[in-house]
Amino acid sequence: MATLEIKDLHVSVTTDEASKEILKGVDLTIKAGETHAIMGPNGSGKSTLSYAVAGHPKYTVTSGSVLLDGEDVLEMSVDERARAGLFLAMQYPVEVPGVSMTNFLRTAATAVRGEAPNLRHWVKEVKGAMADLDIDPTFGERSVNEGFSGGEKKRHEILQLGLLKPKIAILDETDSGLDVDALRVVSAGVNKFKESGEAGVMLITHYTRILKYIQPDFVHVFANGRIVESGGRELADQLEEHGYVKYTGNQEAAKVG
Amino acid sequence: MAVTTQDQQHGLTAHSHGGGQEKGHRRVASRADHFTSFDVNAFEVPGGREEIWRFTPMKRLANLHNGAAATASVTVEVMAADGVRVETVARGDERLGVAGTPGDRIAAQAWTSFTEATVVTLPKDTKVEPTTVTVTGAGEGQVAYGHLQIRAEQFAEAVVVLDHRGSGVYADNVEFVVGDGAHLTVVAVQDWADDAVHVSSHHARLGRDATFKHTVITLGGDLVRLTPVVTYTGRGGDAELLGLYFADAGQHLEHRTFVDHAVSNCRSNVVYKGALQGEDAHTVWIGDVLIRAAAEGTETFELNRNLVLTDGARADSVPNLEIETGEIEGAGHASATGRFDDEQLFYLQARGIPEEQARRLVVRGFFHEILLKIAVPEVRERLEAAIEAELEAVGA
Ligand SMILES: Nc1ncnc2c1ncn2[C@@H]1O[C@H](COP(=O)(O)OP(=O)(O)OP(=O)(O)O)[C@@H](O)[C@H]1O
Ligand SMILES: [Mg+2]
Repeated sequence: MATLEIKDLHVSVTTDEASKEILKGVDLTIKAGETHAIMGPNGSGKSTLSYAVAGHPKYTVTSGSVLLDGEDVLEMSVDERARAGLFLAMQYPVEVPGVSMTNFLRTAATAVRGEAPNLRHWVKEVKGAMADLDIDPTFGERSVNEGFSGGEKKRHEILQLGLLKPKIAILDETDSGLDVDALRVVSAGVNKFKESGEAGVMLITHYTRILKYIQPDFVHVFANGRIVESGGRELADQLEEHGYVKYTGNQEAAKVG
Repeated sequence: MAVTTQDQQHGLTAHSHGGGQEKGHRRVASRADHFTSFDVNAFEVPGGREEIWRFTPMKRLANLHNGAAATASVTVEVMAADGVRVETVARGDERLGVAGTPGDRIAAQAWTSFTEATVVTLPKDTKVEPTTVTVTGAGEGQVAYGHLQIRAEQFAEAVVVLDHRGSGVYADNVEFVVGDGAHLTVVAVQDWADDAVHVSSHHARLGRDATFKHTVITLGGDLVRLTPVVTYTGRGGDAELLGLYFADAGQHLEHRTFVDHAVSNCRSNVVYKGALQGEDAHTVWIGDVLIRAAAEGTETFELNRNLVLTDGARADSVPNLEIETGEIEGAGHASATGRFDDEQLFYLQARGIPEEQARRLVVRGFFHEILLKIAVPEVRERLEAAIEAELEAVGA
């Protein structure tokens, strides 16, 4: 059973020679079968946490540790982390011109599974997964994320989640930019992925509406680079009502949902 | 950081630029005043500061610009499709020189110095299989001059591959005489050995309603300088100039396209893409387009993109669009030089794809639109393989 352990994680971002600390000691353990919702105001460091775990080169871990089933994730390259079973659905998926979605998916699946999937099975698998997410088959020929709408990009992130079947999935604001129908389709995709009970999910969101579709086991409030409060589903309801003001002292950030 | 770009992406219209030159470009004269002559002595020996030579490392030209005498000849082999006529003709053949006049001293030197020319004629009203012209260099340390003419007769439809390989120094003129209503597709591959120096002028003259697709692929050679020029003699001419180049450490690859719109209702589209890697890899793209007063209803666009894969490489990119009439369909240009996109790399790696493979995917993707348009599958596959080979060295 997979476990992701984040311990006292400090992360800085380097810009124009200056270094700024963004994560200030994050502790979080996610086990297979669990869904952890991370909620927090803009700029509190939620994406930084997901990028740091995935290994984005812009973010420097200054102290702390990240272990996946006891293995030191921070020692691994970005692609090794993915092959070890980590997946990040990005808040802003990247466009890769000239690389078709079909080619990309197959290359990724081959890398993660360790061998090229049987072509006939694979075509069927992709077709089914795309249909589940209401993705038109013509997207297969298009360049990765190029010219996709915000909602289309998010659907394709979940498509990849379903095909790559990681042990731990970090979903960074997968719900933002989705209309109600898309939110339902995407949530169904995430729930299908969770069905096996063998994967853990870190669900980063601003809004409680997605939690009506995806049941969290734990809710964590993220503010100023760390988790400031943890609880169950009821914590989300409190946030819905009172906002983050209690955690930030900032009226501006008080509005959620 | 050794990346320069003289022009960021922007489109422009006849209204904002009608009759004028672009600001910010180091242009001293209109392209309309560009000097041309068949007489090598009509050109001064360039020193390297001249506008058309300022990017070229003159020392590496093996004196082609300064009267270097021929010491040998290249080997020209034509694999002609059925129905295609191939002739070797002497200097005096009156068909030669009709597609254009040399526009720099080396082109004039090549015109003055060649001893025999190859003429390939694609028969009228006929669609033929691809024809390949293979030019093999005269060998290391040798200097050669040459002349080639491809004639597509009225309503001919053909693909011609020009394949340059081997060693040595070579200067030539290549003419494309595209008859009325003909469709001529040319793929010119410069896959020279490391020592080679190749300075080449391509002159295309398009008849009425002629379609000319010209793709340049430059991969090998110490110094390659290619100057494709397109002129139109009747309405409805359509020229597409595509280019793909990949410069490694120390290579100088220069492409100077010029589309001369002097006739109304013609089109041109220029797309050149390059990748660079390694110390002192240098590429130059100069894209001149002139829309003369008579060329009403012209439609033109040109684009150059460069992908700088490592430090120490330098890409120069200068689009020049001159418009002398306001009555045009559309005109625009764009140019951008960028570093390898780390975000793309991260995204692919975050899906488990190893770094090397991710880099290759990104570069292959960058060149995709050009390779896609290469009509001959064998050529496309060979080029894809050659690009893969270039990429083996990335990040090494
Ligand atoms: N690459 C970067 N360069 C400079 N600053 C950065 C960078 N990445 C993050 N930051 C800064 O770190 C802080 C946290 O950003 P982050 O994106 O992690 O917040 P977030 O909680 O995901 O916000 P949102 O809810 O808006 O997505 C912000 O102040 C942001 O400006
Ligand atoms: Mg964020």
